[in-house]
Amino acid sequence: MFTYDPVLFSRMLTGLTLIVHIVYATIGVGVPVMIALAEWIGIKRNDPYYLLMARRWARGFTVTVAVGVVTGTAIGLQLNLLWPNFMRVAGQAIALPLFMETFAFFIEAIFLGIYLYTWDRFKNRYLHFWLLIPVAAGSCASAFFITTVNAFMNAPQGFDLIDGKMENIDPIFAMFNPAMPTKVGHVLVTAYVTVSFCLGAIAALAMLRGRRHVYFKKCLRLTMVCALVFSLASTLIGDLSGKYLHAYQPEKLAAAEWHFETTDKAPLIIGGMLTDDHDVRFAIKIPFALSILAGGTPGTVVMGLDDVPQDHYPPLRTTHYLFDLMVFLGMYLLLVAVWYFIADIRNRKQGVPIHKILLMGVVLGAPFSVMAIESGWIFSEIGRQPWILWGVMRTAEGATTSPHVDTMLWLFAVLYLVLTITSARILIRMFKLNPVEEEIASLGLEGGPAS
Amino acid sequence: MSYELLGMTVLWIFLFGYLIVASIDFGAGFFSYYSVLTGKRQLIHSVIERYLSPVWEVTNVFLVFFIIGLVGFFPDTAYYYGTALLIPGSLALILLAVRGSYYAFSTYGSRDSKVYMFLYGISGLLIPAALSTILAISEGGYIIEENGAIAFSFTALFGNLYPYSVIILALVSVLYISAMFLTYYAAKAEDKPALEIVRTYALSWALPTILASLLVFYAIQRHNEQHFMNMLNYAWMFVLSFVFFLIAVILVWKRTNYGFAFIAVMFQFGFAWFGYGRAHLPYLLYPYLTIYDNFTNPAMAQALVIAFIAGLCILIPSLYLLLKLFLFNASYVKGMKKQKKA
Repeated sequence: MFTYDPVLFSRMLTGLTLIVHIVYATIGVGVPVMIALAEWIGIKRNDPYYLLMARRWARGFTVTVAVGVVTGTAIGLQLNLLWPNFMRVAGQAIALPLFMETFAFFIEAIFLGIYLYTWDRFKNRYLHFWLLIPVAAGSCASAFFITTVNAFMNAPQGFDLIDGKMENIDPIFAMFNPAMPTKVGHVLVTAYVTVSFCLGAIAALAMLRGRRHVYFKKCLRLTMVCALVFSLASTLIGDLSGKYLHAYQPEKLAAAEWHFETTDKAPLIIGGMLTDDHDVRFAIKIPFALSILAGGTPGTVVMGLDDVPQDHYPPLRTTHYLFDLMVFLGMYLLLVAVWYFIADIRNRKQGVPIHKILLMGVVLGAPFSVMAIESGWIFSEIGRQPWILWGVMRTAEGATTSPHVDTMLWLFAVLYLVLTITSARILIRMFKLNPVEEEIASLGLEGGPAS
Repeated sequence: MSYELLGMTVLWIFLFGYLIVASIDFGAGFFSYYSVLTGKRQLIHSVIERYLSPVWEVTNVFLVFFIIGLVGFFPDTAYYYGTALLIPGSLALILLAVRGSYYAFSTYGSRDSKVYMFLYGISGLLIPAALSTILAISEGGYIIEENGAIAFSFTALFGNLYPYSVIILALVSVLYISAMFLTYYAAKAEDKPALEIVRTYALSWALPTILASLLVFYAIQRHNEQHFMNMLNYAWMFVLSFVFFLIAVILVWKRTNYGFAFIAVMFQFGFAWFGYGRAHLPYLLYPYLTIYDNFTNPAMAQALVIAFIAGLCILIPSLYLLLKLFLFNASYVKGMKKQKKA
């Protein structure tokens, strides 16, 4: 464990960067969409509260986007610094999406700069709204391109491997690989779910603390409706992801499900413990469910790990628990969103107040949704092991040989810690110093002269 | 033009773009901090902030674009530079991270901290120093390939005159370019007190820029004679660069046409930059790697060029819009339409 291994440290440093970056990247993908929705509703209904919502979200977004840019630059460079051998080989096939990702981000950065500094500068308010479209489109396109690269690592295609070199490359075919549709869909939709819950939690927390302003109610309704729609979509895409894994990476699915014998009517295993002899104990088994997840019918034959060489196994315990955690958290988010939807209808039709426990559930949804994203990504990355490029290149072959990766790991750990803490402190300060009620009063939205 | 040359030219243009916009940004950060120390902050701070606020994220992208493109067109650069540059690359990255995020924190976080200002100012000098070192490394002699393993020699790097000369030139140029731009911007904003200060900065960094360039010529001749001889073949480009330098300085000296003066500065650096780059070819890393070694496959090269052209079609109008709103819009520049953040 304590002998220096550049591969291990490279994995740790890349993992650390991604764990930090994915939080800010998710916010970066989701928040512009939410701001756009709020601003659009605000303009359309001429409702100043929604406009204020967009303004406040945008203000917070500037802070998270800064850390997102920085950590994104970090991962872009670390890909070359830590995985030079991987980039040397795979760079031949994935240069296109990486290149386009930069363009997409370029557009996003330019229009975000314009958007932030042009509130109230145009007479026609829709003009300002339209400036946000390139921001949202740019961030979603960034996510799309970068996810195609990750998908390529899971399902490489579009090249012939000749003497360790990729030849006869078809860049488009490489991008549109079988893993791409479900991965991109899952990444985008779960980003919207996460952001809905994070923004909704702020309003729910305010309401729990006894703040009664209609602003919070509107905020909570908008975010929870989005959460419901996107949670349903992510459940559907999650199901399709299972079918993708079954068809293209059955080893990964089998590892996630501790499924050892190739068989039909395979059960879905939840929780439990795995002995060293590959006995599953104390687990909840749902009959047929794995076969249904994999192929839609109980009769689907699901490949078991016994048909896979042992040195192709990903770490079995980690993958299984992370997979379960992701699914559990996803279900929790869906349930809360459904419950809120029902409670909101009853609240409007019969005046039944929103229950405190539900509000707490929404608040809890914020950390849970972030955890779901993290566990999903870590599951996906660890589940791909031992491959960096599925079936083509092992992770160990792709890493740097530099003797100093451990030092860099500590340096970056300190950097990320400082960045995370500072950005959180600044966000909290920013909104505590300027509560909604005061801003509404200072804008003269209530009682005072219309602005 | 071969794909190899086309790809490299495109990337070199982007790096030139980074050189200009980043120099303005780095130098402005430094001047901003310097003005705090000398108590002239209130005079020039608003001019600097008004320009920097909307464009800082854009600056970073130029650099990322260059790196991604370089590895895209020339995958072996990842192998050579990636292996050798883990430490300097990571350090530059940490500095960029500190700078980018702390700038946003202090501007949007509505907190005026001296520590932030210091980090912001000092990183503006350290980053160009770190990045220019990589240019120096490309001249060869510091990265050594032995028995299939890549090694990087810090002792060779820091025991040699050439890297120091490049670092000095980078620092001086950053301050010169930035001051020249701020002079133009302050003039446009009709902010007389600020103009006086930044104009003095610009003029005082002019001569050091030329002296530092001469030092680099001297050092490169001793370090990489072949490159130096190549540069002599393109001597006319360096002569033109000097001519534009004179134009820029004379205009600023005579207090006229600051806009033209800054364009002349861009031409000054443009000619020097492309003269240097052209003479550097075909090497990406002397003597191991040329642009013809393991160039990406033709299909990918074609796809990248198409993506690039399509990207430019969106990018150029967007950049134009950004500049139009914040650089060429007189009332914004003068601060009349200055809005509270968001």
